[in-house]
Amino acid sequence: MAEVIKYNPDAIIERDGYDDHFHDHHHGDKYQSSFINHYVFSMDHKIIARQFLITGIFWAIIGAGMSIIFRLQLGFPDESLAWIKPLLGKWIVVDEAGIGTLAPEFYYALVTMHGTILVFFVLTAGLSGTFSNLLIPLQIGARDMASPFLNMLSYWFFFLASVVMFYSLFLNTGPFSGGWTGYPPLSALPQASSGSQGGMTLWLISLTLFVVSVLLGGINYITTVLNLRTKGMTLWRMPLTIWAFFVTAILGLLSFPVLASGFFMLIFDRGLGTSFFLSEIFIEGQALDRVGGSPILFQHLFWFLGHPEVYIIILPAMGLTSEVLSVHARKPIFGYKAMVLSILAIGFLSFIVWAHHMFMSGVNPFISNFFVVFTLIIAVPSAVKVFNWITTLWGGNIRLNSPMLFAIGFVSMFISGGLTGIFLGNSAIDIQMHDTYFVVAHFHIVMGIAAFFGMFAGIYHWFPKMFGRFMSETMGKIHFWVTMIGAYAIFWPMHYIGMAGVPRRYYRFDTFDAFKHFGEMNQFITVAAIIVFAAQLLFVVNFFYSIWRGKRMTTRNPWGATTLEWTTPIDAGHGNWEGKLPSVHRWAYDYGKDGEEFVDQITPMREGETPGDGH
Amino acid sequence: MADVAVHTHDEVTGKKAWEGGARPFGASYGKLMMWYFLLSDAFTFAGFLIAYGALRISMPSWPVPDFVFSTFPGGFHHKPLYFVTVMTFVLLFSSYTMVRAVQEGQRENKKGVVFWMVLTIVGGLGFLGCQAWEWNTLIGLEHMTVTVNPFGTHVESGIYLEGDGHEIKAGDTFNAGDSYLIHKHGGEWEQLKYKVTDGPDAGQEKMQAFGPKAFGALFFFITGFHGFHVLSGIIFLIIILVNVMSGLYVERKNGYEMVEKIGLYWHFVDLVWVFVFLVFYLI
Repeated sequence: MAEVIKYNPDAIIERDGYDDHFHDHHHGDKYQSSFINHYVFSMDHKIIARQFLITGIFWAIIGAGMSIIFRLQLGFPDESLAWIKPLLGKWIVVDEAGIGTLAPEFYYALVTMHGTILVFFVLTAGLSGTFSNLLIPLQIGARDMASPFLNMLSYWFFFLASVVMFYSLFLNTGPFSGGWTGYPPLSALPQASSGSQGGMTLWLISLTLFVVSVLLGGINYITTVLNLRTKGMTLWRMPLTIWAFFVTAILGLLSFPVLASGFFMLIFDRGLGTSFFLSEIFIEGQALDRVGGSPILFQHLFWFLGHPEVYIIILPAMGLTSEVLSVHARKPIFGYKAMVLSILAIGFLSFIVWAHHMFMSGVNPFISNFFVVFTLIIAVPSAVKVFNWITTLWGGNIRLNSPMLFAIGFVSMFISGGLTGIFLGNSAIDIQMHDTYFVVAHFHIVMGIAAFFGMFAGIYHWFPKMFGRFMSETMGKIHFWVTMIGAYAIFWPMHYIGMAGVPRRYYRFDTFDAFKHFGEMNQFITVAAIIVFAAQLLFVVNFFYSIWRGKRMTTRNPWGATTLEWTTPIDAGHGNWEGKLPSVHRWAYDYGKDGEEFVDQITPMREGETPGDGH
Repeated sequence: MADVAVHTHDEVTGKKAWEGGARPFGASYGKLMMWYFLLSDAFTFAGFLIAYGALRISMPSWPVPDFVFSTFPGGFHHKPLYFVTVMTFVLLFSSYTMVRAVQEGQRENKKGVVFWMVLTIVGGLGFLGCQAWEWNTLIGLEHMTVTVNPFGTHVESGIYLEGDGHEIKAGDTFNAGDSYLIHKHGGEWEQLKYKVTDGPDAGQEKMQAFGPKAFGALFFFITGFHGFHVLSGIIFLIIILVNVMSGLYVERKNGYEMVEKIGLYWHFVDLVWVFVFLVFYLI
C-alpha cells in the first residue's frame, strides 16, 4: 500500500499535462446548474453511464423475473400458480379446484420478452451503454464525449424505447409472443396470435427507438475514440476496454441499420398490406392473398444484425475482463497486441457468419458450408483471447476480490459456452441440435452468463469510480459463488436434455412420452434458477446499499491501476480533470515493472526504460 | 464541452495525427459524425436494395421499366425514361449547386452561400415535385398501389381476343416478354382475354394476369424512403440557410462547416438515388 499513499497524480498532471484552458470556459458549471440538468437531462457522460446502468438493472430484474415464472411452469407444470395471479391477472387461469394455470399464450410472451429485454435492454444498453459512457472519456483523457448532447439523446431514446416496451407488457392482448427474433408471419400478421396484435406494434416501435439510441451512442463513441484522445494516447496505448468499446460501436453502427430496414418493411407488411415477407399463408383454412414475399429474407436481415449483436454483447465484457484481470493479477495483460487484433478479427468475422442461425430455415446447404467455415474460424481469435487471459493470471499476484472472481468466472463461462459453439457451428450437427435446449444452454452460457459476469466484474471494479464508495465484499463473494455454481447447475443439464432432442420454447414436456422422464431434471434446473435469481437480488441490495452506505473511497486509485480514470478527483465533476488534461507516456499495463508494483500512464518514461507491448 | 475540445485540439494540430491530442486529418467531430451516420444509413438502403434483388429474382417475370415509366407531363406517352431523366438531372444539378455553396462557404462569402443554397433547395423541391407527379400518375391513372401491380409481362406468345379501346385491338398478336397494362374502368379491372399460340398451352384461352405485387410495394417503399430523405434534407437545408442569413456562422469563422455537413448528406442522398435509379429504371 506504500505506493498508493505516495501516489500524487495532480502534481504530475500539473507539471506534465497540457492545458486546454478548461477553466476559461466554465461549460462544466453551466451543465450542472440545477438538479434537472445534473441528474435527469444530464450531458455528463458519468451521469449518463449511471442512468444506463440503473435502467439496465431495472430491466434485468423484470427479464430475470419472467424467466423464473416460465421456469416454474417447466419445472412444476402441475403445481398451482394461483399465487402469482395478483401479478399476472388474467394470464393465470384458476379452475374450480383453485388450481392456477399459466395461459400458454402468455408463456410464449414471457419467453419472447425475456429474450428481447435481456439481449437489447440489459446486455446492449445496460452493458455497453454504461461502460462505454463511463470509461471512454475517462480512459482516453477527454473532458466528455464528442457530442454530450447526442449522448444525452441516446439515453433518452433508450428510455422512450423502455417505456413503450414496458407499456406493451400490460396490453389486454399481451406483449409480443412470437419469439425475440420477431420472425414473420407471426410478427407480420396481427391475426396470427394475440401477441401479434398491439404487442407486436409496440415491440416494433420500441426497438426502432432503440436502434436510434444505439446509433446516436455508437456514432459518439467512435468519434470520441478517434478524435478526443489526450496527448500521447496513441491507439496502441489505449486500454483493451477502449478497443472493445470502439469495435462494439462499429459493429452496432453497421448492423443495427440493417435491422431497421427489416423493421420498416415489417411495419409495411403489418400496416399497409404489402407482402415483403409473406407468401402462401393459410389462416383458419383460408388462403391469404399475400404472396410473392419471403420469410427467409427477414431472417437474413434480422441475423445480419443478430449475429454481430452477440459480439456487441460479448466484446465489452471481454474488454472489462481483460482490464480487471490485469489490474488484480498485478501483471501486464499477456499479448496486448494479439488481444487487439483478436478483437478486430472477431469484429470482422461477425459480419460474415449470420446464416449459421438459419441452417435449418431452408438456406442452400452449399451456402451453409461457407458459413460453417467462417463460424469455426472465429474460434481462433476467441482461443487467442482465452489463452492470453489464462497466461495473464499465470504467476500473477492475484487478489481474489469480487471483480477478479467475476472476471475469472467470465473466462470459465466463455470457455464452456464457446466449446459448444463449435458443435452448433457445424451445419450437419445442427440438424440434430437446432432449436433444442442444447442451443439454449450454449448461448446462455457464452453470451448471457459470460456477458453478465463481465458486467459484474466491471460494476464491482468501477463502482468506486461511479459512486465514490466500495460495494460490500462479503455480499459480492456470496453473489459470485452462488451465481457461478448456480449458473452451471442451470445450464449444464440443458446440454443433455438438448442432445436428447428436447425442443426449446415448448410449454410443457410431461405430455410427451419421449421427454417426460426429464421432469426431475427440469425441477432441478428450476430450483437452481430460483436460487441464482435470489443471489442477483442480493447484488441489487448490495448495489443500492453501497451507493449510500458503502465503505468510502479515501484514495484516488484504490486498486493501484495504471489507467487515466484513477487520476481524476474522487468525485470528479463535469470535465473530469480539474486543471490540465493528463499527458500519456506509456501503455496501460505497466505492472510489476522495474521493481515497481505499477506505473500509471501519466508517468513519463525514465531514462533507459523500454516501453511495453504497446508503443 | 465539444467547443472546448475544438479549441484545445486546434492548438496541437501539426503533431502526428494519431498520437493523441490532435484530430486525425483535421476532421472535426461533427463532420466525422455525419460520415458515420451516412455509413449507417447506407447500410439501411443496402438492406432495402438487397431485399429488392432477392424478391425480384424469385419472380418469374418483372415489369419492364421502359414500359412502366414512359409517360411525360402534358399527356405524352411512349417516352421511355424521359421523365426520370429530367428528375435525375434536377437532383444531380442540385448536387452541383451544393458543391458551389460549400465552396463559397470556405471562402467565407455569405452572399454566395445563400445564393447557391437557395438553388439547391429549389432543386430538391423540383425533384420532390417530379416524384409527386410520377406517383400521382402511377397511382391515379395507372392504378398501381403497394398491393396491386397492373403492369404485367407476357410469358408466352398469343393473340388478343378482345381490345381495350386504347391501344390493343382484338386480333393483335404479342410475343413472350411483351408488356401490358391492365386498365381499370368504372372500378372494374379489365383483364383482356387472349389465346395462346405457342408453347405447351397453345390453343388455350387465358386472361391477362397481374404483375408481381412486390414491384409496386418495393417501388413505393424504396422511392418513398428516398423521397423522405430528400424532404428531410430540404428541411435541414432551410434551417441552415436561415442560420447562414442570420450571420450565425460568420462569427464562427470555420468556413461554414454546417453547410459542408449538410452538403455531405445531400450528396449522399443523390448517390442513393443513383442506385435506386439503376435498379428500378435501368435494369
